[in-house]
Amino acid sequence: MAEHILLRHRDNKEISKLPTYRKGSGFSAFERAVTKLNPEEVTDIVFDSGLRGRGGAGFPTGLKWRFMDKNNWPHYVAVNADESEPGTFKDRELMESNPYQFLEGVMLCAYAVGCNDAYIYLRGEFWDLAHELDKHITKLHKEKLLGDQLFGTEYSLRIHTHLGAGAYICGEETAMLESLEGKLGQPRLRPPFPPSFGLFGKPTVVNNVETLANVPLILEKGAKWYRGFGTEKSPGTKIFSLSGNVMKPGNYELPLGTTFRELIFEHGGGLREGRSIKAIMPAGASSSLIVANDVALDTPMDYENVPNVGAMLGSASIIVIDDSVSMDWLINKTVHFFEHESCGKCTPCREGTYWMKNITERIHHGEAVWDDVLLLNDVATNIKGKCLCALGDFATEAVTSSIERFREDFETRVPQSRPKTEVKLSL
Amino acid sequence: MTEKIAVAVAENLINLTIDNREVSVPAGTLVVNAAKLAGIDIPVFCYHPKMEPVGMCRMCLVEIGRPAIDRASGKPLLNKDGSPQINFGPKLETGCTVPVSKGMVVRGYTEEVTEARKEVIEFLLTSHPLDCPICDKGGECPLQNLTMEHGPGQSRFIFDEKIDLAKNVPLGDLIFLDRERCIQCARCTRFQDEIVDDPVIGFSQRGRALEIITFSDPGFDSYWSGNTTDICPVGALTTTDFRFEARPWELQSHASICNHCSVGCNTTLNTRREAKSGGDEVIKRVMPRQNEQVNEIWICDKGRFAHHYTESPDRLTQPLIRKGDALEPATWDEALQLVGDKFKKSKGKFAALAGGRLTNEDFFNIQQVTAKLGGKALLDSQMAGGEMVAQVGVGQGTNLSDLRAGDVVLVIASDLEEEAPLHWLRIKQAAERGAQLIVANPRRTKLDQVAHRLIRYEYGQEAAVVHAMLDSFSPKRPDQPASVKQLLRDESVKAAAEDVQSATNLIVFYGSEGLDVAGSHTLASACANLLIATGHVGRSNNGLVAVWDKGNAQGAWDAGFATSVNLADDLAAAPNLYIVGADPVGDRPDLAETFEAAEFVVVQELFLTKTAQMADVVLPVLPYTEREGTYTNAERRVQRFYPAISPRPGARADFAIAAQIGLALGLELESKLASLAFEQLAARLPAYKDLTYGKLAETFEQWPIIGREDLYYGGTTYDNTQGLGVQPPSGAERGESPALSFEALTDPEKRKGLLAVPVTRLYDLGLTVTTSEILATHWEQPHIVLSPADAEKLGLELGAQATIKLNNMQSPVAARIDNRVPKGVVLVPRSVGLHIFGPAPIEVGA
Repeated sequence: MAEHILLRHRDNKEISKLPTYRKGSGFSAFERAVTKLNPEEVTDIVFDSGLRGRGGAGFPTGLKWRFMDKNNWPHYVAVNADESEPGTFKDRELMESNPYQFLEGVMLCAYAVGCNDAYIYLRGEFWDLAHELDKHITKLHKEKLLGDQLFGTEYSLRIHTHLGAGAYICGEETAMLESLEGKLGQPRLRPPFPPSFGLFGKPTVVNNVETLANVPLILEKGAKWYRGFGTEKSPGTKIFSLSGNVMKPGNYELPLGTTFRELIFEHGGGLREGRSIKAIMPAGASSSLIVANDVALDTPMDYENVPNVGAMLGSASIIVIDDSVSMDWLINKTVHFFEHESCGKCTPCREGTYWMKNITERIHHGEAVWDDVLLLNDVATNIKGKCLCALGDFATEAVTSSIERFREDFETRVPQSRPKTEVKLSL
Repeated sequence: MTEKIAVAVAENLINLTIDNREVSVPAGTLVVNAAKLAGIDIPVFCYHPKMEPVGMCRMCLVEIGRPAIDRASGKPLLNKDGSPQINFGPKLETGCTVPVSKGMVVRGYTEEVTEARKEVIEFLLTSHPLDCPICDKGGECPLQNLTMEHGPGQSRFIFDEKIDLAKNVPLGDLIFLDRERCIQCARCTRFQDEIVDDPVIGFSQRGRALEIITFSDPGFDSYWSGNTTDICPVGALTTTDFRFEARPWELQSHASICNHCSVGCNTTLNTRREAKSGGDEVIKRVMPRQNEQVNEIWICDKGRFAHHYTESPDRLTQPLIRKGDALEPATWDEALQLVGDKFKKSKGKFAALAGGRLTNEDFFNIQQVTAKLGGKALLDSQMAGGEMVAQVGVGQGTNLSDLRAGDVVLVIASDLEEEAPLHWLRIKQAAERGAQLIVANPRRTKLDQVAHRLIRYEYGQEAAVVHAMLDSFSPKRPDQPASVKQLLRDESVKAAAEDVQSATNLIVFYGSEGLDVAGSHTLASACANLLIATGHVGRSNNGLVAVWDKGNAQGAWDAGFATSVNLADDLAAAPNLYIVGADPVGDRPDLAETFEAAEFVVVQELFLTKTAQMADVVLPVLPYTEREGTYTNAERRVQRFYPAISPRPGARADFAIAAQIGLALGLELESKLASLAFEQLAARLPAYKDLTYGKLAETFEQWPIIGREDLYYGGTTYDNTQGLGVQPPSGAERGESPALSFEALTDPEKRKGLLAVPVTRLYDLGLTVTTSEILATHWEQPHIVLSPADAEKLGLELGAQATIKLNNMQSPVAARIDNRVPKGVVLVPRSVGLHIFGPAPIEVGA
């Protein structure tokens, strides 16, 4: 990547300082939007850019903004900065090192949807970061970039930070809204979706940090410029959080459509000597396990191609797994995580993750029989598609995909002395 | 189907197919309810028809298909055979959260759905303890029933991996939580929040650690807590009263009516025979019985738990006759002979004083005896105005659930949740549906939270508020006192007057806050005039409601009783006294002199009360649980209750005793069958014309459908199979022109010191409450409530002991401080042993 669009601090460390950011045309897009463009025009530009949500679902951002119910006011913007997916660490770097670009994105979004109060919901562990953001926001108020009647117009905007209390579920947008309202963080029924019934029951845009960080440059340089990066259906660049058994883990901003191979071997420095790549989790702990063969490695990382190898791009948290790892160990880890983080609102996730944890523990410790592997697969299948929110499904992805694609790992773990039966347990 | 749904069907009908059956339901109906109306069961745990859907338990997953639409033409796509093409989604959907839509196809019988139900049950049972044999819910448990019907029948979960959780967690002193049994459906927490606005319990933690906790101190501090045990779909919540007491299959059910307040909640008394009672039947619990026009499917905790007085071992079982200083046992014949002889000689010098818990049959017979003797029939109550309620009370067909936008409810001089909890609840719901709620009270009460308009007045200005409203749109009466003129300038009064004038329907509730009997009468008359002046009488959902202190006060008025404005004088003037179901000496020690001076006193009672101890003859009676009868509630609904347990030998029903006394006076009154006594009553009282026990026992289908084999829908609330009661036409509807006087008002006297005003507390120290030990920590002890300013002036701190001098009685009390109390006023609760009968000067000392 010659020049960064998002991780611009890597090209210019000083960009985290307000004068530097402003010198490089910072906040000119916001000023132009507020003084020269109407909100619909801003939304149109973002829509035309093809920007898709970076939180995981890849929903077209401009379309989401258009969904805001114009007959119900006030409107809110709630930024999802709960970044809790194991293996995802991109939003933190953005907010720490390129904070003003992110904040300008929030401000542009707020203007586009007619919002006067925007909230940034940060995971509880980001308390120091929240403190820094508060300082930045204060500076923006001093420079009259936030506050009442901006640039002499009627438009006013405030940004508030809010800390979560340490729950993965609060990264789910409706649970986040509940938590933001001061309630127990549990997902709401959808529909209605936030653009019609969101924060305090009012129309709300919920966008991820990285999504919004794209917006200032899209406004400044235009939708066409933005479409010059990435693929037709997945325009732009993406921050890939690379971790696992790889030599140079970290965040890499690359055009969408870059192959796994390029990320892992060219940018990430490949694997440790003597190790070979076994699997890839492209979307953190909630990801299916891709068998890391040549087809997979040559697959472009974008929203449309990753499903072809049996996974989703999600938030693009690429976890590399080498041949030292046995999958029973890996899913024992992910299942423990989901059992710990299940909010408990719906039955299959609450009970199923607890059940799966008991089984994966037994399998991993060699205390299981083959029927337990089949039972585990069955429990995971029963959770899938029956939960209130998507997190129940997430808990099963690694489990079912590893049993299907890395069966031998389980066969070796289940004691040989016990009979391996293929009897299908029926309910 | 209820009338409401039937009307909606005619207006906006949606056709869909559920399990191959054509179903027509109103738009907006949820799939599970549409199925229920069609007689198809879609199982649920978290869904409850009285609450907003949450879709948490996932039990109601079904296949839902919708007609495929051609995007270009907007027309439905058809199959080759011409039938509409139906698109089913990739996932099952929760029937409890999806409203019906045109042409929808719901499948609840496919393999995928059957498997999903099996899976959800299997998941639930992985953490449920399955301790059904020792669980109070066993036998009437939705989880148990649905497991039998839909469950896997075998467990794949290793028992050793179950979580052990606390099984005896007191959420409060009335409700226990078994954490292992809880399936986290949130019905209890949602009920407390959505339905009764007491969000004192909620979830803590997450995942499998999710648990119900209480936020209040004392725990689970709500008048509604018992209802959560009814709607709990497992045995997680149980009442202290019933837990470990009996198994559901041992219980007999008997339809009854609660008589604690004038709402007239329909209840079911569950009884069983017990060795410890010598093989006799015992009441094990009081449960709500569905009547959507009265209490829906709820009852308050007083109604649920304060029933033990009926079975007290202290009850009288033998007539007593005074021999010198002592009351000595006698036979019924001796006692009745004596009473008859004495009463016969009492001509013109006789008075009957009856309590508001007697039945219509009792009141009728007692009134007949009284009339024969030319005496006064007095109701023992702190309120008046029943004759006006009989005329302009709410019309036939009134249902508070029908009130909505355009309708107005005025509640004046009442702390409604304390005085009549179910009225509070149903008025709150009416306000939430959009009915305009005006609350007029000198201090803030819980009802204020949902009110659209608040009127604050000074104690003593109750009727003046209503007069000011009247004056604001009708010719101003020249003789109005200054307080009316002052209130006429009050913006909230003016606005309220506009509200009532433009109201589609108007119901006025008047309570007893701060009032004596005379004040109550004046207020009732003002309210009746307001209703008449604005044309809100003589039709359904319009009229006057008195928030009576007892269950059948209205029945007393209808039978010819009236409250005395000066009880001491009325009793003194009639030295022959017939006291039935009342304890005037216990309530007012100053009446002891009157009774000492009385010539002959007969007391008909359950217990040897203070008054009974002074009587010449004491006659033991049966409580409502051991006999049958009818009550008329504040909404003028005549309701029938049935005997639940065998009558205790030696005691007789009040109407029977009165009839037997009447015999000596030459009266032919029914003394055996309550139904025949009611026939006589109906023949004589125009308000009860054409009513029979048969009519009162009629029912029709209600929504939600509950209490049948599908326990999971409404919980353990009982279906109503024994009578919804009848609301007969009011006087205004019968064409009688109400003979109402317009009471002239005077300004409250200027006072220097503090003013004591009576207020009502749900849990007072009445005999019916104090015989239920389970409520012991809830009993209101003698106390006063002062404003912070007055408390400071008097040097009283919160909870400090004080001494009050009130109506010539000195009493020690606890002082409470509350900023909702106006300055210069001291709230004194009724029926806690303090001498308060109306507003009175009070001296408070530290």
